[in-house]
Amino acid sequence: MSLENIQTDAEGYLANREDWSEELAQELAASMGVSLTDEHWKVLNTARAIDAESGSSPGLRKISKRSETPIKAIYKLFPEGPAKAIAKIAGIPKPKSCL
Amino acid sequence: MTDSGTEKPRSLSVICSKGSFDMAYPGLILANAARMAGVDARLFFTFWGLDIVNEKKIDHLHLNLVGNPSAPVPAMIAGLPGVEALATAQMRKEMERLEIPPIREFIEMHEDAGAEIYGCQMALDMFKLTKDDLVPQVKDVLTAMDFMDMSEGAQIIFV
Repeated sequence: MSLENIQTDAEGYLANREDWSEELAQELAASMGVSLTDEHWKVLNTARAIDAESGSSPGLRKISKRSETPIKAIYKLFPEGPAKAIAKIAGIPKPKSCL
Repeated sequence: MTDSGTEKPRSLSVICSKGSFDMAYPGLILANAARMAGVDARLFFTFWGLDIVNEKKIDHLHLNLVGNPSAPVPAMIAGLPGVEALATAQMRKEMERLEIPPIREFIEMHEDAGAEIYGCQMALDMFKLTKDDLVPQVKDVLTAMDFMDMSEGAQIIFV
């Protein structure tokens, strides 16, 4: 699956999570002007892991604590709205958390 | 945040005028949500809201029970010594369970997230405080007019 033939909901979150792959994540990130480094992946994989375990897409604070990436660093990695960007690139739903 | 690139980006200004523990959170949560969603955010702490960024008070804010119709205890009880402190401690515990950050940590999160924090000049004068009495995350002390000027085009929330 690549960027041209995936389906997203009205807000841009992946409609079918089976469509997600690491290559797609790279493409999604690139479309937001982000090029993924190991630091990005640590954050994205943490978000995916929490979502898989708890069944609920995590907010930033939880991702920050679990991935041991400070909030400040997360905003550097994903400058334009990190909570939304992380969920979109990681192929998980819009976060349910306010934090 | 817009896709077309022609409109001005969204921006949020939050005015925090109340200093009780329970009224500190709504403004902070909204500004933080804005930043998480890529919306510019700034906070203006005025009158009692100044307590939220007052170095001596930030860790000791109290729930407001007296005169609060939603208080979980009868009004007669709410005013008794120690009741508000007890209720506040209870709420802090509950918030910790829900992983809601304490106010000092939340203010630090705002700075890290790029939300700008300002104190109100008039309120500082009124309480005989200076910027040095405020937590270091406070970027500047402004007049209401300054804040209005920097809020041009922003959505404004008053708490």
